[in-house]
Amino acid sequence: MALLEIRNLHATVDGKPILKGIDLSIGKGEVHAIMGPNGAGKSTLSYVIAGREGYEVTDGRILFDGEDLLELEPDERACAGLFLAFQYPVEIPGVTNTTFLKTALNAQRKGRGEGELDAMQFLKFVREKAKPLGIGDDMLKRAVNVGFSGGEKKRNEVLQMAVLEPKLAVLDETDSGLDIDALKIVADGVNAMRRPDNATLVITHYQRLLDHIVPDRVHVLADGRIIKSGGKELALDLEAKGYAQFGGAAAA
Amino acid sequence: MVATPETIEQLRSVTDEKYKYGFVTDIEADVAPKGLNEDIVRFISAKKSEPDWLLEWRLKAYRAWLDMDSPDWAKLKIDPIDYQDAYYYSAPKIKDGPKSLDEVDPKLLETYDKLGIPLKEQEWLAGVAVDAVFDSVSVATTYKERLEQEGIIFCSISEAIQNHPELVRKYLGSVVPYTDNFFATLNSAVFTDGSFVYIPKGVRSPMELSTYFRINAQNTGQFERTLIIADEGSYVSYLEGCTAPQRDENQLHAAVVELVALDDSEIKYSTVKNWYPGDENGVGGIYNFVTKRAACRGRNSKVSWTQVETGSAITWKYPSCILQGDNSVGEFYSVAITNNCQQADTGTKMIHLGRNTRSTIISKGISAGRADNTYRGLVRIQPKAESARNYTQCDSLLIGDRCGAHTVPYIESRNPSATVEHEATTARISEDQLFYCCQRGLSEEEAVSLIVNGFCREVMQHLPMEFAVEAQKLVGISLEGSVG
Repeated sequence: MALLEIRNLHATVDGKPILKGIDLSIGKGEVHAIMGPNGAGKSTLSYVIAGREGYEVTDGRILFDGEDLLELEPDERACAGLFLAFQYPVEIPGVTNTTFLKTALNAQRKGRGEGELDAMQFLKFVREKAKPLGIGDDMLKRAVNVGFSGGEKKRNEVLQMAVLEPKLAVLDETDSGLDIDALKIVADGVNAMRRPDNATLVITHYQRLLDHIVPDRVHVLADGRIIKSGGKELALDLEAKGYAQFGGAAAA
Repeated sequence: MVATPETIEQLRSVTDEKYKYGFVTDIEADVAPKGLNEDIVRFISAKKSEPDWLLEWRLKAYRAWLDMDSPDWAKLKIDPIDYQDAYYYSAPKIKDGPKSLDEVDPKLLETYDKLGIPLKEQEWLAGVAVDAVFDSVSVATTYKERLEQEGIIFCSISEAIQNHPELVRKYLGSVVPYTDNFFATLNSAVFTDGSFVYIPKGVRSPMELSTYFRINAQNTGQFERTLIIADEGSYVSYLEGCTAPQRDENQLHAAVVELVALDDSEIKYSTVKNWYPGDENGVGGIYNFVTKRAACRGRNSKVSWTQVETGSAITWKYPSCILQGDNSVGEFYSVAITNNCQQADTGTKMIHLGRNTRSTIISKGISAGRADNTYRGLVRIQPKAESARNYTQCDSLLIGDRCGAHTVPYIESRNPSATVEHEATTARISEDQLFYCCQRGLSEEEAVSLIVNGFCREVMQHLPMEFAVEAQKLVGISLEGSVG
């Protein structure tokens, strides 16, 4: 059974159709990439999966580990093991990274009927996860994403992912705004989490992230539909020929 | 000080539920007849076996009150209050007063237990001494002995009147005179109890002093009177917290708190207020009209007010500092949360008289539902306050689109060497923030609580540790149902 099974998904934003029949199946242990021109519906797909308000599903289904995902609230989806790394991570003034991570982890553990971690257990755990990402105590003590550089914000997303250990991580343009060193740290972080029982969906405009996070499958999304799927070589093909061949806007 | 897991657990149980303190303890109250007149004032004074000077003072206050009008300048909608339709004295029946906790009515202790107030051994571990006010009369004071070793006086004001009349007479009304304002004057006439603290010269209080307040008998206005004196070079941290049982009728609460800080002394006064706010339509909540004022009389003295206000149907409260001594410091850190139909008009006054006096005001107002939240503050620099400085920051957070936030800062500077800064912001909780938190596994209410606590952090960090735990919970509880 696939971990994520999307069938004939249609969705609208403000009444405007954005997704027009998506079919996608991601198995455990797999990394999939969705590429596509601006405005193809990439971010919309990630928000629909995560259950954001204002993104209305008009047809189709999403099964997550056999469960009807569309029946669940956003926080229930998170507790079920779904994680979205945001393209634009949000600032939460006054809430330290540590507090945020601890609150989130314990909310999920509670949601799954597991015991909560106390402050000492948590601190040890989070430091272990933060170290490989080059995140020190000072960054853990700062307010969530407030005053963070673009690279720090993305590393912080990966830290959250490492702490929450999701079954499926959706990375929405995680490479945007990153220099090559930061890109490598982020990619290494994501790769370190790959296990036979989880999966990753990488949404990106460019192929360069896929040099570091090597996908099993690549899908081209254009005008709300997946119009082509293939192996990792498809990404290289796109990089060489651009999106124009699919009738979408050229890469900016 | 150490917050034991038990203490925190207790605070958690206090704060975990929506409003579970809607119970009434059945103790036959020793009430005065309904209404207010000179005889009632005499009755109260006689009940408490007070000296003549105090009765005279009460009567002067009462006569002054008759000529006063309820203030109407605050941005509050208040239905007229019938002061003749209330009881002004109610005390639990106790023979000769308890000498230890064993002599306290078990029903009272049960009430405290329900409130999660730890009066016994674990309390000592947390280092808190409690002067618990049940209705209007203090019934139990703990850890007196430890404090007595240091020469600290911490008792009910009634006891202080009996045992330390010279101190009470010297300082009572010296910060808030009996003619001060409508509510303070009423309080002066009919106050029934409250706390008294005296910290002798050079003594640092070895523990936080704490009073829990609780309104209990129906229709009994509560008129607490608190007086804290920090003598030269002393330090004290005082905690005030309360919950009130659910009622259908509005209950009046008009307390007066006076602080006196002498040379090189410091008083830290923290309040977490959880008066019953009324139901979703505002029915039955507490009216909270409080006069809190500190006199920084001595050189280098310091007073710091920290308050977290989540309750009451109406809050009218301006903890203030009169910075008389040179180099004295006044601070005001405030979180005021209003939800549903609650109204709060709160802020501070910083009156700079001495040279190099400094004041800091950090106010965080949060409005949700149909509530109105006003910051009203005055910073006054008098001509002799050379090089005085003030920094004010007022931030408002709105949840939903039917609530209001207002900032009314008055700044009067009569000295050209003074520096006065004022910053104000207004923000909404963004949908982006909520979704971000929910995607990480937080329910919408947890998300609101986290975001609002972050917004309040600069204030919360000034609260003593175990109080902060309670306050954070309260923030979440008081905003329940404000989104979605």
